[in-house]
Amino acid sequence: MLITCPYCGPRDVIEFTYQGDGNRERPQPASQDLDAWNAYVYDRLNPAGDHNEIWQHSGGCRAHLRVVRNTITHEILSTAFARGGHKAEGRS
Amino acid sequence: MSPRRTETGGRIDRLRTIRFTFDGAPYTGHIGDTLASALLANGVTLFGRSFKYHRPRGLLSAGVEEPNALVTVLSGEVREPNIPATMVEIYDGLVAVSQNRNPSLAWDIGAVNQLGGKILSAGFYYKTFMGPVFGPLKGTRFWMFCEHFIRRAAGLGKAGTAPDPARYERMNAFCDVLVVGSGPAGLMAAKAAADQGARVILAELEAHFGGSANWSGETIDGMLAADWAQRTVGQLEGNDNVRLLPRTTVWGYYDGNTLAALERVTDHKEVAAKGEPRQRYWAIRAGTVVLATGSFERPLVFPGNDRPGVMLAHAAERYAVEYGVLPGQRIALFTNNDSAYRSAVALKKAGAAVVAIIDVRGDVSTEMRRLASEAEAELLAGHAVVATEGGKALTGLKIQRFDAMSGALSGDERSIHADSLLMSGGWSPTIHLASQAGAKAEWDPARQAFLPPTPTQRWIGAGAFTGSFSTAEAIAEGRAAGLQAAGGAASSAPVPVVEAAPGDPDPAPVFEIKAKGKSFVDFQHDVTADDVRLAHREGFVSVEHLKRYTTLGMATDQGKNSNVPGLAIMAEALGKPIPEVGTTRFRPPYTAVSIGSLAAERFGDLKPERLTPMHDWHIANGARMYSAGLWYRPMIYGLPGETVEQAYVREARATRGSAGIVDVSTLGKIAVQGPDAAEFLDRVYTNTFSTLAVGKARYGLMLREDGLAFDDGTTWRLGEQEFLMTTTTANAGKVMQHLEYFLDVIWPELRVTVTSVTDEWAGAAIGGPNARAILASCVTGTAVDNATLPFMGIAHGQIAGVPVMICRLSFSGEMAFEVYSGAGYGTRVWEALIEAGKPFGLVTYGLEALGTMRIEKGHVTGAEIDGRTTARDLHLDWMLSKKKPFIGSAMMDREGLIAPDRLELVGLIALDNRPLSGGGHIVEQLDEANPHHSLGHITACCYSPALGKYIALALVKGGKARHGTRAFVSDPLRNRFGPIEIVSNHFYDPDGSRMHG
Repeated sequence: MLITCPYCGPRDVIEFTYQGDGNRERPQPASQDLDAWNAYVYDRLNPAGDHNEIWQHSGGCRAHLRVVRNTITHEILSTAFARGGHKAEGRS
Repeated sequence: MSPRRTETGGRIDRLRTIRFTFDGAPYTGHIGDTLASALLANGVTLFGRSFKYHRPRGLLSAGVEEPNALVTVLSGEVREPNIPATMVEIYDGLVAVSQNRNPSLAWDIGAVNQLGGKILSAGFYYKTFMGPVFGPLKGTRFWMFCEHFIRRAAGLGKAGTAPDPARYERMNAFCDVLVVGSGPAGLMAAKAAADQGARVILAELEAHFGGSANWSGETIDGMLAADWAQRTVGQLEGNDNVRLLPRTTVWGYYDGNTLAALERVTDHKEVAAKGEPRQRYWAIRAGTVVLATGSFERPLVFPGNDRPGVMLAHAAERYAVEYGVLPGQRIALFTNNDSAYRSAVALKKAGAAVVAIIDVRGDVSTEMRRLASEAEAELLAGHAVVATEGGKALTGLKIQRFDAMSGALSGDERSIHADSLLMSGGWSPTIHLASQAGAKAEWDPARQAFLPPTPTQRWIGAGAFTGSFSTAEAIAEGRAAGLQAAGGAASSAPVPVVEAAPGDPDPAPVFEIKAKGKSFVDFQHDVTADDVRLAHREGFVSVEHLKRYTTLGMATDQGKNSNVPGLAIMAEALGKPIPEVGTTRFRPPYTAVSIGSLAAERFGDLKPERLTPMHDWHIANGARMYSAGLWYRPMIYGLPGETVEQAYVREARATRGSAGIVDVSTLGKIAVQGPDAAEFLDRVYTNTFSTLAVGKARYGLMLREDGLAFDDGTTWRLGEQEFLMTTTTANAGKVMQHLEYFLDVIWPELRVTVTSVTDEWAGAAIGGPNARAILASCVTGTAVDNATLPFMGIAHGQIAGVPVMICRLSFSGEMAFEVYSGAGYGTRVWEALIEAGKPFGLVTYGLEALGTMRIEKGHVTGAEIDGRTTARDLHLDWMLSKKKPFIGSAMMDREGLIAPDRLELVGLIALDNRPLSGGGHIVEQLDEANPHHSLGHITACCYSPALGKYIALALVKGGKARHGTRAFVSDPLRNRFGPIEIVSNHFYDPDGSRMHG
């Protein structure tokens, strides 16, 4: 499997660390909504098809990437910095 | 001249003699021989004993699919078992032995198993070893009793126990076109793609490129096919875009057109060249793959089809043409298709007498009749072999009239005298890689074979792989595939002209001759046609269940010969057509892959090591090193004659008595910098860091998101916006990733950078009543008194002219200081401290003494922060801030995490004054015969010189409530039982007066 890091280019999957389901939303730090915390910590989507995931390029630039991957074919449909709209400084 | 070697012919170098041994006996062969061809040339017919019945077995094939002739190659103390003799190239000094025989191949005691054939049928183990309901051998105990003897009798070669000294490499490779297989189709594909300028890799699992061209005897472009292949390889060699990989098996087809291959670099050499690995694991990323993997000839299933001397027809042809070896002098052939006729002619030309061609088909074409007469063979159309005769070699066979439509035998048996019986049951395309790559194979009723599925990845098939069994088709398809793979336009230029014997590629749909006797389907696992039918009678309908129950196709050859005949027999039993029964999916690896090649550089001399700056000093001063992850750390600095326990007790006692010094460079160190650094640490740690004064350090605890404890360490505030975080050695990488994740994904608004600086700093911890005096005598530029350097204070100064950062903190419980310097000056500072400590009797201490002193103090490490414990379990709840949220704060108070029966940290004292052991359980009532009701377990243990007792830390239900009570340690694994007292984990100096000074 190859993942195209927006900074480093296409790299082998062994350079990356999977950091989980990218659909999870972390409650506000002070939130006491246990159900929301529970969902964030334990619930994972497990679709047979396109999946939104977080990967860290731990063997490269160490940026976190938002990767859409097809769980059946392992095709990588898109990659982007997980920082969302923010472009990491010095990397463009 | 060897008894079976032909006068001329073959690709062997007859002028060069190779000497080797098989089962201790010396043999000779020639360069170009495999172990199989060389032994066959020497008249050896018996190569091994079968898996279950210990039947004598000879060569079935000449290639990678060989199920019978498996050998163990010895090289010094190292054994490599289960290699097909057909794949071993001989070299001077090769030592090979046969397998699964006792005491010898010719006289095997296990052969009595043949008499018990009825008992040893499919499901033998499941049925026979269901023990009685009661009694000494009830349930599975009967099996446990018998297992030892069965394991000894059944099976293949034995793995060795000696460490493998060989080196293995991993190579990443990229290409536009990967061609797998170098027969006419593969060669044409590689040539066509290379001519288009594509980067091409051509992988061939055998030693020589050419595949069937090497033995077909056909003519391509007016020259012998073998010469044409050699010429084409020569053209490829001259092309810079082409990488040729002989002896390279592509064994796995993975996502994204990534393929795994194993190159046997030096297995065929007496001595490897300098720097050459034994094997090389290739990870190949290919734009397009051309699968030109050819096909396997299938055996026919009939009684006695496993007798030595019964061989696949093309294999015999190959031995004769490629190696100049005749498998016999009087040869009979048994076939359901046309291809065997060509083999008959080739063997006749090579000098054998072809006595008969037995064809299951009543109707044989005129062309085949002509080939039969060219071979001077009696053609017995509409006949079948019903028995074979002979012991360790074939002496003859029996045939009967056969009706291919009904499968019925009729008429009298007739005997034929022959020393070799060649069979051909049709051909199966080698679709393994395509199957691995995705979709299901499709049954072709004409070819009577599973053909490759529609590609789901970027591959193109060519030649026999696609069911196009003629060389002319292979060449045309190969060229088209190569052009297409390289993105070139289809060519109308003429393809090389092939002259070949005629033949219909479609066999008769006959797989089995049903007559009395054992008819083998899977030779390697001794599965017979009756076993398959028995499985059906016992209710196994699914092909996947059939496979597992009979173990058909589950041996090291993975059913390369047996798959289709087995399915055909199952289909007949079920009364269904073969495609409805379906086939099993092929999975990697295609052939056996050495574990060493997969480990490659992660093992042995290429494995990375992390050494602290003072490593050489430790070695030079007698440290016994201990590997912790990739790090090496001193365990003890033993004196001559000292045991490990004596050494650490001495080191710990001397530290508490005067002073000791330990290398702490391995601690994880992370620079946390930026305007929001303090805010970030407040969110990451359970306690508060924003209130920490510059020049002070604080002990911190991190939780995971789920509220369980994660890591601990001290963090030093070096500036308003600058912190140095330390982590445990083991968690340094994990903590770094944890911080990066939150900064990058969760809180991108925080202006903080984190940098791993573990390797930038050398660290030495010096502790004990005289530690301050030692420092005072060697540090310049700062005072080290209580006012300048209070507990958890930081000072900057120099030692031996080197700038150092000193923090007064303690893991040992003594007054202690951690001295950090630039890594390059670590040894210089360390040596200066050692020198300064001499008047005080300063000792160096290792991990054992470090551990002992931390157990005495009751500090936690990874043994207690084990991913299951909370801060409360470890009595660290005083560190949980109530004023701010932090990672894990929302989840840490969940019901299960605050339950009263959780395991809590306690101390243990052995009341019988014997050592305790990590992992031992704590029980209220001792029952050595039937241990039960564990209250918890020991996490760390030592002899405490401070207490003069064997002590331990443990996680025990009830925790503090049990302080002062007695219980027992129960460790049946190490047979350690005895009374203990449960106490506080703070054994030593609980109020901390020593470290606060």
